[in-house]
Amino acid sequence: MARYIIRRLLQMVVTFVGATFVVYALMFANQNDPIQALAGDRPVSDNVRQVLTEQYHLNDPFLVQYGYYMRGLLTGDFGKTLTGRPIGDVMSDAWPNTIKLALLALFFATLFGIAAGLVAGLRRGSVFDNTTLALTLVVVGLPIIVLAPIAQLVFGVKLGWFPTTAGARPSLYGLILPALVLGAASTATILRLTRASVAENVRADYVRTARAKGLSARRVVAVHVLRNSMIPVITLIGVDLGTLMAGAIITEGVFNIPGVGSKLLLGIQTEDGPLVVGFVSVLVVVFLVTNLLVDLLYAVLDPRIRYE
Amino acid sequence: MQVRRLIAGTLVPLAVTAGLVGCNSGDSAKVDPTGVVSIQIAEPQHLLPSNTNDASGIQVLSALYAGLVSYDQSFKPVPDTAQSIESSADHRVWTIKLKDGYTFHNGEKVRADNYINAWNYAAYGPNAQNNGYFFSRIQGFGETQLGPDPDGADGPEKPAPPKAKTMSGLKKIDDLTFQVTLSEPFTEFETVIGYSAFYPLPDAAFTAPGVINEDFEAAPIGNGAFQMNGKWEHDAKVEVAKYDGYPGTKPKVGGVEFRIYLQPSAAYADVLSDNLDVIPQIPTESIVTAPDDLGDRFQRSSASQFQFLAFPTFETEFSKPEVRKAISMAIDRDEIVRSVFKGSQQSARSFVSPVVAGYRENTCGEACEFDPGKAKALYEQNDGPKKLNLAYNSDGPHKDWIDATCNQLNANLGVECVATPEPKIADLLTKVEEKQDVGIFRLGWTMDYPSMESYLGPLYTTKGSSNYYGFSNADFDRLVSEGAAAKTPEESIAKYQDAENILAQQLPVIPLRFAQNNYGFSTRVQNVVVDLFSRIDLSQIEVLG
Repeated sequence: MARYIIRRLLQMVVTFVGATFVVYALMFANQNDPIQALAGDRPVSDNVRQVLTEQYHLNDPFLVQYGYYMRGLLTGDFGKTLTGRPIGDVMSDAWPNTIKLALLALFFATLFGIAAGLVAGLRRGSVFDNTTLALTLVVVGLPIIVLAPIAQLVFGVKLGWFPTTAGARPSLYGLILPALVLGAASTATILRLTRASVAENVRADYVRTARAKGLSARRVVAVHVLRNSMIPVITLIGVDLGTLMAGAIITEGVFNIPGVGSKLLLGIQTEDGPLVVGFVSVLVVVFLVTNLLVDLLYAVLDPRIRYE
Repeated sequence: MQVRRLIAGTLVPLAVTAGLVGCNSGDSAKVDPTGVVSIQIAEPQHLLPSNTNDASGIQVLSALYAGLVSYDQSFKPVPDTAQSIESSADHRVWTIKLKDGYTFHNGEKVRADNYINAWNYAAYGPNAQNNGYFFSRIQGFGETQLGPDPDGADGPEKPAPPKAKTMSGLKKIDDLTFQVTLSEPFTEFETVIGYSAFYPLPDAAFTAPGVINEDFEAAPIGNGAFQMNGKWEHDAKVEVAKYDGYPGTKPKVGGVEFRIYLQPSAAYADVLSDNLDVIPQIPTESIVTAPDDLGDRFQRSSASQFQFLAFPTFETEFSKPEVRKAISMAIDRDEIVRSVFKGSQQSARSFVSPVVAGYRENTCGEACEFDPGKAKALYEQNDGPKKLNLAYNSDGPHKDWIDATCNQLNANLGVECVATPEPKIADLLTKVEEKQDVGIFRLGWTMDYPSMESYLGPLYTTKGSSNYYGFSNADFDRLVSEGAAAKTPEESIAKYQDAENILAQQLPVIPLRFAQNNYGFSTRVQNVVVDLFSRIDLSQIEVLG
C-alpha cells in the first residue's frame, strides 16, 4: 500500500510539471496582445507598451518566458498580474472562498443525492421514485445560468430567506444558497447513479444470502447494499470536486463570491499567462489528490481490491 | 471594458436632479450625517491618480482627492482647490494659484510641489503610467519619454532612455503658486486639469524623488473630502471616512463603502433587497424591469461615450461621401436603441456627446435621418458596393446590434451585409491600423476631458491618434488647431462647431449612439446625482436615518 502511494505521488510530480507546461504553452499560443486586452477600447501609448513588454518579458521566446516562470515558481513566487498585484495574494484570497463553496456544494449534493437515491432505489416504481426522477430531469435540464439568478430572485430578493449575495468574505449562511445552486446538477447525477446502483445490488446474490442469514433489513441495506453501491458514486464525487472548483464561474458571478472561477476567467480574458497557470497548477494538484483518495477508498469499500 | 471616463448630466437628468434637490430639502430632518453609503464598483485596476483610467478606480479617487477645477452645469470649468488659474495672452503660459488651508490626510499642507512632483512622475516614460499622455501638452514632455525602440516593442533591443526626468514646462513660483508652460497654445487647458490624472500627491507617496512607495496604492493619501478607512481590500471593498480637515464643501455622509462586485447583475439584486445603496450602471438585461422594480429610484443621465461605425475612406468603394451618407440613412437608430438596448443608450445624431460645452443636437442633419427610400436611391446612384462587411470585436457586447444593423442594411439597401467578428478589440485595432480590408468597422470613444476637442482632435485630424479611417481634410485640421489657440473658450467652441459641420458633410464615420448612465439606488439614500465624469457625486448624496 505504502509503495503504491509513493509511486502515485511520484507520478503526480511528472503530471504537475507536464500540465503547467501544456497550460503555459496554450496560454502563450493564445497570447495576442495582453496589454491591449487590459486597456480595452482605449489606445495604449507606445511608451506604456514598451515598458510593460520589458517588465513582463512579453517579447521573449516561449521557452525563456516559461523558464522565468518556473524559476519563480520553484522559489514560491507566482509572479505578478498585469495590474501589478502578486499572484500569490490573489490565490490566497480566492482559494479559501472556492474551497468552502465547493465542499459545501459537494456536501449537500452527497447528502441529498445518496439519501434520496437510496430510497428511490429500494422502492423502485413508487411515487417517491417517480417524483425524484421528474425533479432530477428538471434540474439537469436547467442550466445553472438560469437556475442561479432564479434562486437568487426567489429566495434572496423576494422571500429574503438568504442573503442575496455572499461577498468576498462570505459567512457560512451566505454560502448555503450558492452551494445548493452549484451542487444542484451534482445532486441530480449522484441521485440517479445511486438509485441505479442500489436497484441493481438489491437483486444481487450476496444480498439474498444476507437476507437468508436472517440479518436485519437495516443492516442489509446499510452494510451490504449501500457499501457496494458506493464505488461508482465515489468516482463521480471525486471528479465532481474538481469540476465544482474550476467551473463555478457563473455561481461566483451571480452571488458575487470572488473565487477561482472568476479569476481564471479574468486571466483568460486579459491573456494573463502566469495568473491562469498559477490557478490551473493548484487545480491539477486538487484533481490528482482527489483521484488518489478515490482510488484508496475503493480498497476500503471493496476488500477484494488490493494495491501493490 | 466599455465604460471608462464617462461624463454625465444633460437636459433630462439635470432637470430631474434639480427637482429632487427641491423636494428633498423638506425631509432633511431624517438625514443621518454619520451614515455610510455603499456604492458598487468593479475591482479597480489601480488607485494611483496617474495610472487610474477605469471607471471604478476613478470613482474611488474622486472621494480621496479634490481637483484643481470642478465643472458647472454647463460643463465649464470653475476653480475648486485652485484660487485662480490665469493664462498669458497667447494661452501658452498658465499660472495656477492654490487655495490656502488644504491638507493631505496625513496632515501635510498641499503645496505647489505636490502637483509638480505628481505630474512629473505621471509623465516620466519609464514609469509607464496609463495617464502619462495627458501631460503631453506641457513643454518638455517629449524629453521625458523613452526613445523609439530600434527593433519594435517585440525585439530584444531596448529603447533609448529619456533625456530628462522632469518636464521643463513646470515651474514653482512660491509655495502655493506654480506655472505651467505648454508647448503649443491651448485655450481650454483649464478644462483638462479637472481630470483625475491631475490630482496632487503628498510627499509621503514618494520614497525618493520620482519613486512611488509600493504600498501607497493600498491606502492612498489624498487631499479630498474622504480619507481611507483601512486598506484596499482586493475583490472585497474600499472604505473611506469623512476627513474633518477638508476645507471645501462638506459631504453629507459619514463615509462611503465602495463594494466590489464581479458582475453588475449581482449588485442589482443587492439594491433590490436594500443590501447595497447605489448601482451606477444597471445591466441591460434588467433595464426593462428597472422602472417597476425601483420606481423613482431608477434614473438616467447622458454619458460621454460615443458609438459609431467607421469607414476605411481610403478604399475606393467607400471613398464617396454619398455612399457613406446612404448607408447612414438606411440605419434606423431609434429602432435599434429600442429593441436591442431597451432604451439604455440614446441615438446619436452629432459627432460630440451631449456632455461637452458646444454640443448641438442633430448636427448630422439629413444624413442621420432614417429614410430607406432616399437611401436606396442615393446608394444606387453612386454605385455603392453590393457586399458590405461590418467588423466588430466579439469580446464586447456588440453582436446583437451589429446583426440588427446588418439586417437593416440588407433590407433597406438591397445589399448583402455580413457581420464579421474579431475575437478581441486588440485584433480589430491591429487590423484597421495596418489598413487591412475589414470593411466598415465599429468603434467607441470616451472623452478624456469635457471639450469638443477631445473628440475632434484624436478621432478625425490627419495626425489624430485614433484616426483609423484615413480621413484627412485640410480645412478640418485648420479649424481644430485654430480652435485650440483661439482667444477665448467661446471662440474655440465656434471653431470646433465649424469643424464638426465638415464632418457632417464628409461622414468619415456615422454616429450611432451615445451611452447613458442608468443608475439606481436603495430606499436608504437620496439626492443621488451622477457628476460630470459619470461618478456618483459624493458631496450631495444623503443617507436616511
